[in-house]
Amino acid sequence: MEVNQYLEMFIEESKDHLQACSEHLLELEKNPDDLAIVGEIFRSAHTLKGMSATMGFEDLADLTHKMENVLDAIRNEKIHVSPEILDVVFESVDHLEEMVMDIANGGDGKRDVSSTVAQLKRIELGEEAIPEVVGTTETPTPAVTSTLEYDGFEQTVISQSAEQGFNAFEISVKLREDCLLKAARVFMVFEILEKDGEVIKSSPSVEKLEDEQFDQQFYVAFVTKESAEDMQKKIMKVSEVDEVIVAAIDPKQHSEKEQAIQEVAATATVEVEATPAKVPEKNSAAPKPATAAAPAKADKSHAPVGNKTIRVNIDRLDILMNLFEELVIDRGRLQSISTEVNHGELNETVERMSRVMGDLQTIILTMRMVPVETVFNRFPKMIRQLSRDLNKKINLEIIGAETELDRTVIDEIGDPLVHLIRNSVDHGIENPTTRLAKGKPEEGTVVLRAYHSGNYVFIEIEDDGAGINREKVLAKAISKGIVTQEQSYSMSDKQINELILASGFSTADVISDVSGRGVGLDVVKTTIESLGGNISIESTQDVGSIFSIQLPLTLSIISVMLVEIEKEIYAIPLSSIIETSIIRSSEIMNAHNQKVIDFRGKVVPLVFLEEIFEVPRKEPQGDEFHSVVIVRKGEKLAGLVVDSFIGQQEIVLKSLGNYLTNIFAISGATILGNGKVALIVDCNALIK
Amino acid sequence: MTNAVEQESIKVIVFQLADKEYAIPVSHVQGIEKLMHITRVPKTEKYVKGVINLRGVVTPIVDLRERFELPISEHEETTRIIIISLEDMEVGFVVDSANDVLDIPADSIEPQPEVVGSLEEEFISGVAKIDKRLLILLHLEKVLNPLK
Repeated sequence: MEVNQYLEMFIEESKDHLQACSEHLLELEKNPDDLAIVGEIFRSAHTLKGMSATMGFEDLADLTHKMENVLDAIRNEKIHVSPEILDVVFESVDHLEEMVMDIANGGDGKRDVSSTVAQLKRIELGEEAIPEVVGTTETPTPAVTSTLEYDGFEQTVISQSAEQGFNAFEISVKLREDCLLKAARVFMVFEILEKDGEVIKSSPSVEKLEDEQFDQQFYVAFVTKESAEDMQKKIMKVSEVDEVIVAAIDPKQHSEKEQAIQEVAATATVEVEATPAKVPEKNSAAPKPATAAAPAKADKSHAPVGNKTIRVNIDRLDILMNLFEELVIDRGRLQSISTEVNHGELNETVERMSRVMGDLQTIILTMRMVPVETVFNRFPKMIRQLSRDLNKKINLEIIGAETELDRTVIDEIGDPLVHLIRNSVDHGIENPTTRLAKGKPEEGTVVLRAYHSGNYVFIEIEDDGAGINREKVLAKAISKGIVTQEQSYSMSDKQINELILASGFSTADVISDVSGRGVGLDVVKTTIESLGGNISIESTQDVGSIFSIQLPLTLSIISVMLVEIEKEIYAIPLSSIIETSIIRSSEIMNAHNQKVIDFRGKVVPLVFLEEIFEVPRKEPQGDEFHSVVIVRKGEKLAGLVVDSFIGQQEIVLKSLGNYLTNIFAISGATILGNGKVALIVDCNALIK
Repeated sequence: MTNAVEQESIKVIVFQLADKEYAIPVSHVQGIEKLMHITRVPKTEKYVKGVINLRGVVTPIVDLRERFELPISEHEETTRIIIISLEDMEVGFVVDSANDVLDIPADSIEPQPEVVGSLEEEFISGVAKIDKRLLILLHLEKVLNPLK
């Protein structure tokens, strides 16, 4: 199989499944008795195993398989969920993630996981020591060494069939020695079998059987709803069949290392029927094409209800968007033509087209946006691990996970956030005894918050930990030569806080595994700045710190208010606007060469956009009334004076390109319905 | 035409500015557009006329007459915008008219003569003489870089 073309899909889907595993594991930790969750994890692990085996990543498949064994034991209530077991499973998921990352980076996904594997095995074997569950009473019958061996895939087929009330049998068919048409008999046996169930595997292989490359006997693994007795009778009806032994495949006995299978003779049907709902565990042998139907059936009934998705290259979405915008411009022209011509049918058609295009636009624009949740959802697991490693009690709160960000930003923001959260947990949150001594609750809280504001998305990491120790940071910075003693006297608290982002800075007294290698935070700063964002820190000692990341919406839809100055149209992001108002010239006051107005009891400085943007004006405007847009940046307000308001509109933010960079107070451009370009006002730059 | 000849010539777009003809290699030209609405961008160099909507891409526009400090003329019916792509930049040049696509034999290109003079001198990578036309080859990197 040409594997490369599927590799990307494999990686993406593996990540999804691992994410699902992690999420459900966290849930399971909270509700250890909810076996439905175990089922969910099992399904994700199972799919992952199948995929990685198909792609030829044996180690990945193998570890998943071992993990699956443990999950299955839990699901079948053979072992109980305990924090220790979960730790090992979490560790396996971590390993799996590493493997997938390795594969994504062009590696072969190999990794030394022997200790985890050993632990998984121990847990799994521990299960065997537990007395057998009621209902699986089995009379000891002569144990026959199994003639068939199953790989993981086949085992799962068997186990899933068992869950759905199918019985799994191993059937041994012996033909008469004088049988002439062996292939024909084999065919007849298979025909009977396939009418009543699914053949999972045969020994020798189907090809060999068809070529009569066997003696008198062959073996078939088979799942069916029929009883063993019935099957035996049916097969016996085929002529020239000498002997048929139908044995249940007993899942309990099939552990990884134990190759022995207990075969039950056809006469022992009573016991056989009492043994379903268990998973056989044996290895080796390649999957057969004949097995395809069974897993498909099993998967269907197990598929969790969810949205169907396809993955599309972002470049294609960009192209789609650009093409669509051309269409918007043409629509504008068509509309003006239809108004001129005033032809009834034409008008109707154009109107209808406009409506459809409106819907289309909404869909295209939202396609690129991804909720920040896709990044955030990995953090609960990380916090859990960290709190265990550090012996701290930490509660993670996530707010605004539905905030949408452009996909390109989402891809980049993960690592910086990991760094910052680790930093907060390691350096910020104190250990429980210190916290109690300080009169704080034993459990520390880390809040991860995302929200839109202006042309930006803010992501904040807030902790109620120790805060930044001003003196310690200063002393360190001076000793590291980042600032001089003299400089330090004139530095504001904020500036001092931000010293911890300087390169070569690390305040942890003890260098821990979690953070504090001194390479962390300056890398965070560089990454965020390379995305066109910035990071700031607010901190109060013994109360906590807030790391605030401001990210641009590189390409996204924002609501704006369109305003007009002379003949030029500008867009002001709605998220910055508090309100609009019309003021009289007489209401404008002067304070320190700055024109201000009294707005609801607050003194608000006025910014004449006409002056800022040097709008050429033929004759000075002598209006008594001024249109003012009140905007804000944090707590600060300003009034932008414009000629008139046009209205509110959803627009696509576009960059001005690489030639025009750093234009004062312009954050980008957009294309209006008439095809013209309008500039977007950067309110943050206008408020000092 | 043989291969040897092709290798020795470059294909250029020829355009007019004031009374001179200039040339830009076709490989850098994305397209030639008629004049359309230009949105002024405040606080930029005088020769940056603003931005246009080029099929959904916001593209900055430079008026070459102003860039070369030539006398400013009103835009006319023949006025064109030549869209240039250089490295990761896309910029449109406003020119008086776009005249021709020509193959210039490599050996007809000479370094710029001293006589050309004026500001535009530093934006020129060479001149080519074909029949009786004198084509001035532009040095695009220098045209797009801000004046020092």
